[in-house]
Amino acid sequence: MKKNFAPVTRLVPDLHKAKEISMKLSEKTLAGTAEASNFLTDFADVLLFITRTVKETFSRNFEFREFLLQCFQIGNKTLPLISVTGIIMGLVLTIQSRPSLAKFGADAMLPGMVAVSLIREMGPVITALICAGKIGSGMGAELGSMKVTEQIEAMEVSSTNPMRFLVVTRVLAATLMIPILILYADALGIIGSWIGANIKGDVTFTLFFSQAFSHIDFIDFVPAFIKSIFFGAVIGLVGCYKGYNAGRGTESVGIAANSAVVLASLLVLIVDVIAVQITDLL
Amino acid sequence: MIDPQTDAITPAKTNSINRVVEIKNLRKSFGGQEVLKDLSLQLFNGENLVVLGKSGSGKSVLIKCIVGLLNPEGGTINVFGENVGTLNPDDLSELRKKIGFLFQSGALYDSMTVKQNLEFPLRRIRKVLTKAERDEKIKEVLENVGLADAINKMPSQLSGGMRKRISLARTIVVDPLIMLYDEPTTGLDPVTSDEISLLINKIQKKYKTASIIITHDIECARQTANRIIMLQDGEVYLEGNLERFEKSKDPLIKSFFK
Repeated sequence: MKKNFAPVTRLVPDLHKAKEISMKLSEKTLAGTAEASNFLTDFADVLLFITRTVKETFSRNFEFREFLLQCFQIGNKTLPLISVTGIIMGLVLTIQSRPSLAKFGADAMLPGMVAVSLIREMGPVITALICAGKIGSGMGAELGSMKVTEQIEAMEVSSTNPMRFLVVTRVLAATLMIPILILYADALGIIGSWIGANIKGDVTFTLFFSQAFSHIDFIDFVPAFIKSIFFGAVIGLVGCYKGYNAGRGTESVGIAANSAVVLASLLVLIVDVIAVQITDLL
Repeated sequence: MIDPQTDAITPAKTNSINRVVEIKNLRKSFGGQEVLKDLSLQLFNGENLVVLGKSGSGKSVLIKCIVGLLNPEGGTINVFGENVGTLNPDDLSELRKKIGFLFQSGALYDSMTVKQNLEFPLRRIRKVLTKAERDEKIKEVLENVGLADAINKMPSQLSGGMRKRISLARTIVVDPLIMLYDEPTTGLDPVTSDEISLLINKIQKKYKTASIIITHDIECARQTANRIIMLQDGEVYLEGNLERFEKSKDPLIKSFFK
């Protein structure tokens, strides 16, 4: 039986179309491969950066003066912002929770509930997010501008290891100071809560504190404090990584600062999820 | 291409003992584009070698390779007989103590005062100095660059010329044996450029340094050069003394020296 095939001339447009589709597909595949390759390169860069930071931390000639200066900078410059944040956290949480608790006649539980939620979750996470914005962006912008204006190279030719002088000191200072700032924010949060409780009630400071701490065990502090240390390390590492690896132009400084905040905030939340899961298992 | 001839070098200087930097067949590329192609040159003790060339001809890359800030793909760089490419980080750090590098932007540390900027390399390179000796040294170099009054100022309070001079002071405070100047007069007015060129000569005489001066400022080259090398497309286009360059009929050389 004779088969009828379409004439070649009629097939040509279809072939062209097929060629276009295959080219688009191959372009997309190549773009996807390039993206995957870039992601892997970035990931390797991050791992290398963390490894170098850890290695330099334990090397000789630790820059102690710069470390103390960075601790002072981080603590001193962030203190007013953290103070306001801490008080507002406690105040708002109390004002918002009070009506719901009052419905069940559980007003007396208010100090304990606020203290537990502040110490276990809200204090560390909100303070860390504020620090990611303030400290992370500051580190990204500072190191980024130092890179653009050749200051990091100037350090290298002055026989100074910039990783040791700039990165290690900042990461360690953030790892030490951010947990302390979080504890400070927790304390101010409880004071804010006491102020909130006194807006529509009358409770003495001593009574409020004793009620708050009667619901808290030492074990409530430990996981929160441990995750605070990780928050500090993450914020310091991300800020320094983004700044240290900024591009050459002035726009890179803005990009470094911006991406440091975004990535540090995201990682703080991811670390928090992991920490909550681990705490839940214990 | 003109065959390079070193008619500026005196027979005494060609002695290998006097060679402080020796570069052979240096190659460096960025993203597939070759910036330096088989570049060879020598720097002799006590001389000012000016490296001329258009923007993008690889001048800055050359001195960044000498100090180990960039790794070349091929060739060798010997500084005081040590191959820069084979040094471990500690040895490279030791070698850098003998080299002063003046950055194009000055690269002063923004968060530090002028005094702290000068103290920074001094504390790390001249560790044996006491505080009084450090202060004395800082005062001396600031007087040498004519800016003793600026000791407590922040870099943001300084003009472009002042920043360059403070940067120069920070470089010479550790008594380097080799000076590498990256575009020392770029962005400065003619009067300040002349002042910087005079300072370069003063440093050469006072501290007996050998210098490589990267520039495209002909006035700076005229005032400072003992010998000139012109780079074009990552290669040595012409080498000689100032007279040879000024008498050249080559269109590219003439476009620089008109």
